[in-house]
Amino acid sequence: MTQSRPWIPYALILPSVVFLGLLFIVPLVQTIWLAVSDNGTPSLANMTTMVSDLNFGRSVLNTFLLTLAVVPIQIVMALTMGSMVAKMNGGRETILWIWTIPLGISDLAAGMVWLSILQNTGYLNSILFGMGLIERQTAWLTYQTPVALFIGIAIAEIWRGTAIVMIIIVAGLNQVPKEFKEAAEIFGASPWTRFTRITLPLIRPALQSALILRTVLAFEVFAVVYALGGRNFPVLVGEAYNWQNQNQNYGVAAAYAVLIMVISLAATLVYLKVVKVDPERLP
Amino acid sequence: MANIVIDNIKKSFGAFQALKGVSLTIKDGEFVSLLGPSGCGKTTLLRIIAGLETSTSGDIRIGDKSVIGLPPKDRGLAMVFQNYAVFPHMTVYENVAFGLRMQKADDARVKKQVEKAAGLLHIEAYLDRYPNKLSGGQRQRVAVARALAVEPGVLLMDEPLSNLDALLRLEMRTELKTVLQEAGTTTIYVTHDQTEAMGLSDRIAVVHDGRIEQVGTPVEVYNHPATRFVGGFIGNPPMNFITMPVTNGQVAAGSQRFAVPAQGGEIVLGLRGETVERAPTGQGLDMEVRVAEPMGSHLLLTGSILGQPARVILPATETVKNGETVGLALDPKRLTWLSPESGVSYPAAA
Repeated sequence: MTQSRPWIPYALILPSVVFLGLLFIVPLVQTIWLAVSDNGTPSLANMTTMVSDLNFGRSVLNTFLLTLAVVPIQIVMALTMGSMVAKMNGGRETILWIWTIPLGISDLAAGMVWLSILQNTGYLNSILFGMGLIERQTAWLTYQTPVALFIGIAIAEIWRGTAIVMIIIVAGLNQVPKEFKEAAEIFGASPWTRFTRITLPLIRPALQSALILRTVLAFEVFAVVYALGGRNFPVLVGEAYNWQNQNQNYGVAAAYAVLIMVISLAATLVYLKVVKVDPERLP
Repeated sequence: MANIVIDNIKKSFGAFQALKGVSLTIKDGEFVSLLGPSGCGKTTLLRIIAGLETSTSGDIRIGDKSVIGLPPKDRGLAMVFQNYAVFPHMTVYENVAFGLRMQKADDARVKKQVEKAAGLLHIEAYLDRYPNKLSGGQRQRVAVARALAVEPGVLLMDEPLSNLDALLRLEMRTELKTVLQEAGTTTIYVTHDQTEAMGLSDRIAVVHDGRIEQVGTPVEVYNHPATRFVGGFIGNPPMNFITMPVTNGQVAAGSQRFAVPAQGGEIVLGLRGETVERAPTGQGLDMEVRVAEPMGSHLLLTGSILGQPARVILPATETVKNGETVGLALDPKRLTWLSPESGVSYPAAA
């Protein structure tokens, strides 16, 4: 039947292609045009405004610092968590279920959760005060405490975003037959050698996906930062938001959007190159 | 090279007893198969010997040293897995070299040992390739070469041929035998395929339901199964079991008379299908043939003897029609007698 009507698969796929074309590619082209034009003529004015803005340097730096701090920790945590549940016989599903709870929470809600912990009247201060470690409420999230603010945001981001990395890593670990590790064990590989020489190379595809996905999401960080730091901790998406909504300058907002896209694409390309997946070397 | 003593090994998984006290002694350089149906405990026993699984009780000595509690690497053994477990991200060379690298052998020794093992298994041409590009048979060769490269005292093989197609399996079987004879390594070989066990082994241990039912040379196990299970499991077609009445210590099959190790009641005749000869009806046992299948090399008859299902083999030169009754003369030297109650065979007549 499929042979007599070869157009059927195309017809079935068409709506999704049209949908994506209308709601993704068209806005994408418009955004790029908006960023590199001024009153309908090609111009770098928006770019110049963006770059010369006081917050630009800080937002680039903050975004990169946050990504550099959060992503490696998340990958290591996810690998550790995945390896730990792999050794369990019973209760594995329950543990995974609990670990993935943050996934079901929107990033703004996650920001609010951590705000309720870290704000002046929050749980952290209550506990520290109760234990007699501080004498009065301490502010953690102000521009005067940039390190504490950064750590607070990083912890909230790690809490919120590790689950997705872990799911990908666990799926990758599940694909590695246990015979590979047993064979390595028989031939004298220590647990650490088994992990570095057998497990890690074999989960390269999962590692690559997790890195790309998590890094792109880290460059797009916004709601958690906004909830905890407001404008004390400018990040790229936050700046785009401000130019769009506060300043009503869509051109500069578009310039930020394009910049974020370019950075994400570059990061993806770096990962594709560095964490190379050679199909010939997979099981 | 090492001998292995398995002493009353028991293993329970919760309430399930996988091994119910297994003892077996394997001589240095010997090839012993653990043969049994899936779920009988043979793989569990192998994994306990390897150190990948712990036993609930009992002792294992390799080269006169107890290895209970030792990690696999300190037991002086190598293993070939059912699905090969050849590392896909390493070249064939690095796969074969893996054990030596873990022992921190220097490059010269690694090279020498890899080349030796690769030569033995005829994989020299693929040393630079990745396993992904190899066929199942070639991967199996790599797995065996990896195991032999470390010159283990004991080689453990877990169904190494079961993932290969029938033709390749036969070829690899012959080759394994040659290679392992040359290497002279003590080998324990787990399989559910009785022809593999028969063809390769010095001795076969038939495992059933967590116990070893019989240990013996392939010929002993085939001709004189210790139990009904062994007779039924080994041989194709399996041994026929025909319950017959005993009078005054004798069993009558037509005009043939056999002295049996029972005085009265009933006894079970264990009859290998190819040990009969065609005879006029009434002279030995008569068989009502339901289906006659000319197999080319022989004629396979399926039907019943004394109302009990039976399969026998006659020379290809015989012709038998479906529904015909044929007389079968028995060879007294090749009969096994078993107790109908316990299913255990009586010792072979002297």
